[in-house]
Amino acid sequence: MLALYSNPKWLSVVRGTVERLSNTLGFPEVQCRSITRAVDEALTNIVKHSYGNRLDQPIALYFRRTQRQSEGEVQQGLEILLCDRGPQVDASKLHGRRLDEIRPGGLGLHIIRQAMDIVEYARKGPINRLRLVKYLAQTNRAL
Amino acid sequence: MQISARHQGKTTIFDISGDIDFANSREVRQSVLREIQESRAVRVMVNLSQVSYIDSSGVASLVEGLKASRDLGSRFILFGLSTSAREVLQLSRLIKVFEICDNEEQALAS
Repeated sequence: MLALYSNPKWLSVVRGTVERLSNTLGFPEVQCRSITRAVDEALTNIVKHSYGNRLDQPIALYFRRTQRQSEGEVQQGLEILLCDRGPQVDASKLHGRRLDEIRPGGLGLHIIRQAMDIVEYARKGPINRLRLVKYLAQTNRAL
Repeated sequence: MQISARHQGKTTIFDISGDIDFANSREVRQSVLREIQESRAVRVMVNLSQVSYIDSSGVASLVEGLKASRDLGSRFILFGLSTSAREVLQLSRLIKVFEICDNEEQALAS
């Protein structure tokens, strides 16, 4: 578990942690980078949208191994929960912009969805909870 | 993250080093836009060879630089992209929007 404040200076620290963790769990390099990118973009969204760029608000990240049945085999994975105490997110607005538009902004959600197998948002009491899961391909069994 | 600009004739070259993320992408955007508007260069080049990570806000800053350059009739060229930087441009489907070169020599010759 990682607990931090909503100061963007911690983004690089979280990236370093997630990249090492996903590497240790056996994800190939390209997926380590994409998982790291997804968590970085999700954290940035919390700082920017949930906390309106305030620097002193709490964020918690939880990491755990998970698994699912896929084609008769157990598929191992990494589950990451990102929790914040900002206002409730309007789930209908959780979609990236169209990629055929050439303009700044709106790419974060697209990057998250491209990287992860599961992206789920839930509100639990006063907490926004974003659940990200990535499963390891069957040939990689380091978990 | 550090950013600086140098000039070769009518070309402005930005050298950026370090990660570009939400903590500093505003600085990148402001530096690039200010320099583009002040220098009025015919060609603007961004050296990303020392940038190991760039997030969506960093990409947005580059898009703004591209638009500002186009508005002034300048070319806007990226070179020296890391694997990570190239991946994020591919993911955002912007890889074909930018002029991209492998290195500075190639960009200057283009």
